[in-house]
Amino acid sequence: MLPILQIGPLAIQLPGLLLLAGVWVATLLIERAAPRYKISAASVNSMIFYALIAGLIGARLGYVLQFVDAYAADPISILALNPNTLSFPEGLLVGILTAIVYGQRKGLPLWPTLDAMAPGLALFMLSLGLAHISSGDAFGAPTDVPWAINLWGAERHPSQVYEILGSGLVLLFVMRAERQRWIPGIHALSFVALTAALRLFLEAFRGDSVLIFAGLRLAQLLSLTILLAALVLIHFRARESAEQT
Amino acid sequence: MNHLSSIFINRSRFAVFFSLVLILGMTWTIVSSADRAETTSGLIPSPREGFLAPDFTLTTLDGEQVTLSDMRGDPVILNLWASWCPPCRAEMPAIQEVYDSNRDRGLKVLAVNMTYQDSAPAAEAFVREFNLTFPIPLDTTGAVGNGYQMRALPSTFFIDSDGVIRQVIIGGPMSEATLQSAVEALFEDGS
Repeated sequence: MLPILQIGPLAIQLPGLLLLAGVWVATLLIERAAPRYKISAASVNSMIFYALIAGLIGARLGYVLQFVDAYAADPISILALNPNTLSFPEGLLVGILTAIVYGQRKGLPLWPTLDAMAPGLALFMLSLGLAHISSGDAFGAPTDVPWAINLWGAERHPSQVYEILGSGLVLLFVMRAERQRWIPGIHALSFVALTAALRLFLEAFRGDSVLIFAGLRLAQLLSLTILLAALVLIHFRARESAEQT
Repeated sequence: MNHLSSIFINRSRFAVFFSLVLILGMTWTIVSSADRAETTSGLIPSPREGFLAPDFTLTTLDGEQVTLSDMRGDPVILNLWASWCPPCRAEMPAIQEVYDSNRDRGLKVLAVNMTYQDSAPAAEAFVREFNLTFPIPLDTTGAVGNGYQMRALPSTFFIDSDGVIRQVIIGGPMSEATLQSAVEALFEDGS
């Protein structure tokens, strides 16, 4: 837990910095992987850049639309440099749509592009874990295991450490798998399947889960759905290529 | 053709594998289902979103006693500030504006001065300069600063009518719209 790094008079918000560093290194990894899948590194790079910018704008507009009256009285605040007034789902949606539109215009092939992004995304997931341990977010459920940590008024599972270890393993797998000449799409889909499986497993130790009926954790049901969908897509891709040969 | 890829190519092998993952996944999800009490941490006092706002009693500039938990029933903006902090200075007029336009709805504001890192006369001059009309509790010992794990000024906690923290904004200055949107969210939760 070190949310703020004090350097002289500067108070740097460490979680944001870690995420920013994650995006930066992820972009480098994606650029490095692009030629392997015979796609243009510059195009993928621009696609990510535009998706990030559009995502940021979408996230702010999504937030503003929830509080139209407050912003009508003070419209210049729409430009405020405040990460608290961003709405994540809208931002994600706008970012993904932008990436799809840009990718299609530039003629980026779907599966190889996603494959090239897999190591970068895996690294970003690791930086997300580091941001969580710095901010104390994504905290664990109360427990009496000997390795419990004291956080937010209770002895808790060090869920952020689990997250870092797990996403580190996924990153290791994805980086090693890069050398394999798999059919297009399998690199990306195996990353998605592993990440979903990891979340499905680790969500059980979280203390901030959103619960739906019967105490079931929403994130687990979503992860299981994503995991199964990724497996089905791998199955389809594998059969398609088996039938071609 | 290795063993692993045959699982994905062969239809019946894949069906078995898929069912296995589905059953294991559902079992784990059911095993790890939780009581609402286990994951909603509303009753533990801790300075973060979703937790009970740590309670305190302080003396204000006017010499009155204020206790945070006495304000249950109304939403509260808890702002931690010091007179030497430029963003605190920049955002205080917006806090006063938002207080003026929402006090009739029941909004309370506690602007706790970090007096242990400041001084009461400096705080008083600041309050007079900006014509602040809400209570200014003085944290002379650092009890609130420590209790709220204060690491940067200003820090602002938006507390709902049940005493639960709904939003935390570290750093500033906050604009009026940022404040007003957070206050709207507090009233929406409460009603």
